[in-house]
Amino acid sequence: MKDSPVANPLAAAPVYSSALVRAWDSDLGWSFRSSPVAIVSATVALLMILATLAAPLIAPQNPFDSATLNLMDGFTRPGESGIGSQRVFPLGSDEQGRDVLSAILFGSRTSLIIGFVSVLFSMGLGVFLGLVAGYIGGHAGVLIMRVADVQLSFPAILVALLVFGVARGLIPPAVQEKMTLLVMIVAIGLSNWAQYARTVRALTLVEKSKDYVAAAQLIGISPIPLMLRHILPNVLGPVLVIATINLALAILEEATLSFLGVGMPLTQPSLGTLIRFGQQFLFSGEWWILFFPATTLVILALAINLLGDWLRDALNPKLQ
Amino acid sequence: MLAYIFRSVVHGVLVMLAVAFIAFSMFRFVGDPVSNMTGQEATLQDRAELRERLGLDQPFPLQFLNYIGSMLQGDFGMSYRQARPVAALLAERLPATLELAILSALLAAIVGVALGVYTATRRDGWLSHLIMSLSLVGVSLPTFLIGIGLIYIFGVQLQWLPFPGRGDVVKLGWWSTGLLTDRGRLALVMPVITLSLFQMTLIMRLVRAEMLEAMRTDYIRFARARGLPESRVQYRHALRNTMIPVVTITGLQFGSVIAFAIVTETVFQWPGLGALFVNAVQYADFPVMATYLMFVALVFVVVNLLTDFVYLALDPRLRGGSRVPK
Repeated sequence: MKDSPVANPLAAAPVYSSALVRAWDSDLGWSFRSSPVAIVSATVALLMILATLAAPLIAPQNPFDSATLNLMDGFTRPGESGIGSQRVFPLGSDEQGRDVLSAILFGSRTSLIIGFVSVLFSMGLGVFLGLVAGYIGGHAGVLIMRVADVQLSFPAILVALLVFGVARGLIPPAVQEKMTLLVMIVAIGLSNWAQYARTVRALTLVEKSKDYVAAAQLIGISPIPLMLRHILPNVLGPVLVIATINLALAILEEATLSFLGVGMPLTQPSLGTLIRFGQQFLFSGEWWILFFPATTLVILALAINLLGDWLRDALNPKLQ
Repeated sequence: MLAYIFRSVVHGVLVMLAVAFIAFSMFRFVGDPVSNMTGQEATLQDRAELRERLGLDQPFPLQFLNYIGSMLQGDFGMSYRQARPVAALLAERLPATLELAILSALLAAIVGVALGVYTATRRDGWLSHLIMSLSLVGVSLPTFLIGIGLIYIFGVQLQWLPFPGRGDVVKLGWWSTGLLTDRGRLALVMPVITLSLFQMTLIMRLVRAEMLEAMRTDYIRFARARGLPESRVQYRHALRNTMIPVVTITGLQFGSVIAFAIVTETVFQWPGLGALFVNAVQYADFPVMATYLMFVALVFVVVNLLTDFVYLALDPRLRGGSRVPK
């Protein structure tokens, strides 16, 4: 019934333009075009994401294939060519002759994968629990919000460390290294769900009292489809803002964990692992092994943060 | 008012019980505590004896009660990795973390309030703009990079400040302090700055927002109309009223300072609780992890309670009836 064109005359209206053109012409598109900060940070973030996606194609070297490393190239300064291979290392090389630029491309890839997937994980979990707490409520709702309250008062990094430690105890040592990526995603995802749950619950409580929900209830839609198909689309705006800012936080959280030595191993490094690795050379003068991964991390986090700030202001009805 | 205090205390105890339950489940169900404590050569009989001695053959609720009981008596079990009582490890490392955290919280509060007042009263000055943009960049800079940067500049290049560790410490009973020696004091400088920066930006932004809000109210307009000098209006009238939320947030942040010390302590190889915890996580040393979790939870709960009381003392409106708005 609800899908038939008769019930919804707007759905029968002809489509004048493609989705992309409509997005460009929307309020959000206009706000984007008139904000230099948003354009610059979106470009930077997009370029970095594209570069990491294309890492196997554009990286000068496969940093994890020890056959391609030449020990004679060790500690080449940025921009100079190595003694062994006579190749130019734009950002220098480490002690084993590994190209720092290639390591950064592959490392950012790991960082971004963990960032994106853990944000999806905490968003899915938090949105679902928030919908349940807001729409169904009852004892389950109270319990969910109490747990969220307690967790929010602890820093995310502490929760992630605990999850990581528990995983260390549960997973047999033989497969631990292979599972680290998954463990990191779960640890970071579990440490960030509470904020989504709190926001979605508050928004759901508002939506619940509106007529369209009552109408949907009257025609007998069961709670889960009602939450997912009717309420969810109406609470997504603020969720996207949280998700963007959370992406920057998740990438920094991953880097911090890996830096502490409770994250990605050196065989599958993220930016944090590279920084941890580079730290031991910093004090003996080989600054580039730490400096370039660190700069990449900061630029990535700053670009996403600024994008999130812009999105929050653009979607805030009070500022329009 | 009594009901208010009572409710805060009950809430705190409930949170502690919940955290204790998580800590205990971690110890009990992740891995087998008995095989973690015994070596390869232990016989089945040894294991059974240890199981009985630890009370692991009893029903789960009773085990949990025993666990809480022994914690209350100061017995937190043995570290798997170091084979020493966790209580002793904790006592050894507590002074380093507390000194670092308290000094950082103080620095963050003093500098944060000062910068907040400055940026609020001189909104359009170039220095205010600079401070505000720096604080934005600071949010994207992870703590460990700030720490490494400081070490590189002041520890390695200029060699002004000692690194790593606490410098020279003096023993006062079981407490060890770095505050009484020159090297100890110098060693504190970089870690304290690193740890305080994040809270500092937070407090600065809060004070600035509250001050701007207060400057728009009627009592400020009347104070100016009465011809009071601007400095008196700003400090005696506006700042005073912004102090209540500032005290609350600063207090509540103290727990986070202790938890954030994990990163700072690792960067500076500071022999504190945070570094101990990271080690425990790496080696799945559950008694240490569980105890650290309980310790952080206790700090959070106690600070929360104290803040509630301070609030009560500062804001006379809360003392009136029994109905207290949450």
